[in-house]
Amino acid sequence: MKLSRRTKAIAAIASAASIAIIATGCSSPSDSGGGDGKVELTVATFNDFGYSDELLQEYMDENPNVTIVHNRAATSNDARANYFQKLGKEGLADIEAVEVDWFTEAMEYSDLLAEVPEDAKGRWLDWKEAAATDGEGRLVGFGTDVGPQGICYRSDLFAAAGLPTDRTEVAALLEGDWDNFFNVADQYKAATGKPFIDSANSVLQGIVNQLETAYEEPDGTAVATENADIQDAYNTVVERAVPISAYAGQWSDDWFASMANGEFAAMLCPGWMHGVISGSAPEVAGWDVADVFPGGGGNWGGSYLTVPADGKNVDEALKLADWLTAPEQQVKAFVNAGTFPSQAAAYEDEGLTAFTNEYFNDAPTGEIGINRAEAVTVATFKGPKFFQFHDALQNAVTRVFDGVEDQQTSWNTWVTEVGAF
Amino acid sequence: MTATATRPPAPPTSRPPRPPRVISFSQRLSRWDLKVSPYLYISPFFIMFAVVGLFPIAFTAVISFMDWDLVRNSGQFIGFDQYAWILGQPQFWTALRNTFSIFLFSAVPQLIAAIFIAAMLDRNIRAKTFWRMGVLVPFVMAPVAVALIFSNMFGDNHGLVNNILTDVGLPAIQWHKDAFWSHVAIATMVNFRWTGYNTLILLAAMQAIPRDYYEAATVDGAGAFRQFRSITLPSLKPTLIFVIITATIGGLQIFDEPRMFDQFGRGGAAQQWLTITLYLYDIGWGQWNFGRAAALAWILFLIILIIGLINLLVTRRLVRDEGRR
Repeated sequence: MKLSRRTKAIAAIASAASIAIIATGCSSPSDSGGGDGKVELTVATFNDFGYSDELLQEYMDENPNVTIVHNRAATSNDARANYFQKLGKEGLADIEAVEVDWFTEAMEYSDLLAEVPEDAKGRWLDWKEAAATDGEGRLVGFGTDVGPQGICYRSDLFAAAGLPTDRTEVAALLEGDWDNFFNVADQYKAATGKPFIDSANSVLQGIVNQLETAYEEPDGTAVATENADIQDAYNTVVERAVPISAYAGQWSDDWFASMANGEFAAMLCPGWMHGVISGSAPEVAGWDVADVFPGGGGNWGGSYLTVPADGKNVDEALKLADWLTAPEQQVKAFVNAGTFPSQAAAYEDEGLTAFTNEYFNDAPTGEIGINRAEAVTVATFKGPKFFQFHDALQNAVTRVFDGVEDQQTSWNTWVTEVGAF
Repeated sequence: MTATATRPPAPPTSRPPRPPRVISFSQRLSRWDLKVSPYLYISPFFIMFAVVGLFPIAFTAVISFMDWDLVRNSGQFIGFDQYAWILGQPQFWTALRNTFSIFLFSAVPQLIAAIFIAAMLDRNIRAKTFWRMGVLVPFVMAPVAVALIFSNMFGDNHGLVNNILTDVGLPAIQWHKDAFWSHVAIATMVNFRWTGYNTLILLAAMQAIPRDYYEAATVDGAGAFRQFRSITLPSLKPTLIFVIITATIGGLQIFDEPRMFDQFGRGGAAQQWLTITLYLYDIGWGQWNFGRAAALAWILFLIILIIGLINLLVTRRLVRDEGRR
């Protein structure tokens, strides 16, 4: 779901603030059928959720009175802009997909979203469901996928550095805390002189997502600058991760190009990253996946479906969202698009457990994903400004990586910056 | 027009008072036509301007005094706090510096190049139309497409420019780390796009210069450079002023190029290439803080207004110069 960042062409066209303020008055409400029981439901997603036409047709066959119109936005950013301009007004689809990056912003308006039916509750992994439950205990998001992180590595580069290449041996090698991970990385760098992982900020992402409290308390107080865990995370990343990283951040043109030419040997790797790697380096044979993650489990990314409460067909929309995020359908979506299910029951499904990825040396990515998802124990509290805080801290790491500022100066700059939020 | 033309001559005043003349409906229509029509004809522009220009500007001003929630469409009046916040942000001042720096890096070389190319095209060359159309081709390309291609060229590690530099043994340039070089790269995109446009405008102005001047100068023994300096350049003054003003307005609103310069579009980790419009966009659409974004929009408006006034004063002075000559 992260590919979106790369294509911002459409976002760049928007310019003056005033235009959007006017545009909020306009709308194209989704038409619903007349009184003959026929209902037209609109579903708005972005990138690829794996909801193929065949999958949607199944639902229409089961419910002949329902017609589904599926609108796919190109990027999650487009969907975000659209969502907040129309939420609480008119013009949103009956079912709207929300990415986890901006889900916390949407949760501020949880009163404008319809509640998930009682019988669907408990379907998802605990932390996935907890993140979509608001202060009053209303669950307002149907979880679709998650991004349980493993480690992707180049077995050929590992071999050249004298490290093990078999995925179980690599898992045993990297098993442990972040310190152990960095030691292996230092070893690799000493042997080859080349960076071990792709980006320093992916490590920051990984560490912060293992904290209970990151930048804000559930009651809304900002603790970012006083939180010792955050300062530790920053210092660890700057001192240990920056020297062994090829890039500061991901998604640059350079970063995409580097995937194929062996600049680095490993990546922190959520399920959806597999497609990014195989797509950017189709002719490279060495990539493999190890069932391990430093410091316990880690999740990165994933989405929800929401039903705006003021829609025309809220009841029918809830039924469809319920069906789409049921384990059976989500396994089909996984096979279609690699979106890893967030439903506990899906992890028993043959379609998932038996899944192997040919590109990654036939690694059992289904089984690995299940293990990695179950290893996630901490649900980081993400307040409405999580994204802003985290983005600014990533910039701080980037400044050190680029040599623009030193460790302490960059931290101070960050403290000043977030003080103004 | 017809109403006045066909009116009968006024009756002699000696006659006894007559019952008031009944004006037919069509006559009355004609009179209205005469009085109201001109305003009706120009009204579409002003109605459109009121709806899409004046109203947003005024509404932005209202929002700039509020803590505005876009989704709930409501806000709380907080006075000048948003303006104070913006002016207190180091990022704002960095953005201001970057905007002017990129503007200078783009406008100055661009105008020099445009004058030079126009002077070359003004000479007797073969396939004139081909060359003239040729300089306009970059202008036809979508800015985002230009930015995408150039971003690729200016990659830090795998970019075309750095590949060439390292191949000939020079150190690679850190396009995305050093503020100066990022400005150069962005200015290059702007120049690529706008040089041809300015060239054509200047070329048109050059062609309007009477050829007699040059003939006379040639007879007097002036060389090509002397002719350019003493005839071409002074005659170009009014056109140059136009070009400079449009370049200034465009330069202060530069957005597409810096936005597409890296994968995040937020001006770099240390705000190396954050421009004012980029900052405005990020506050509005990144942080959903439309109160602050509106305040920044007004600050930008005032900056452009001030620069515009300076331009106007300079223009007036130069035009007076023309008259005295």
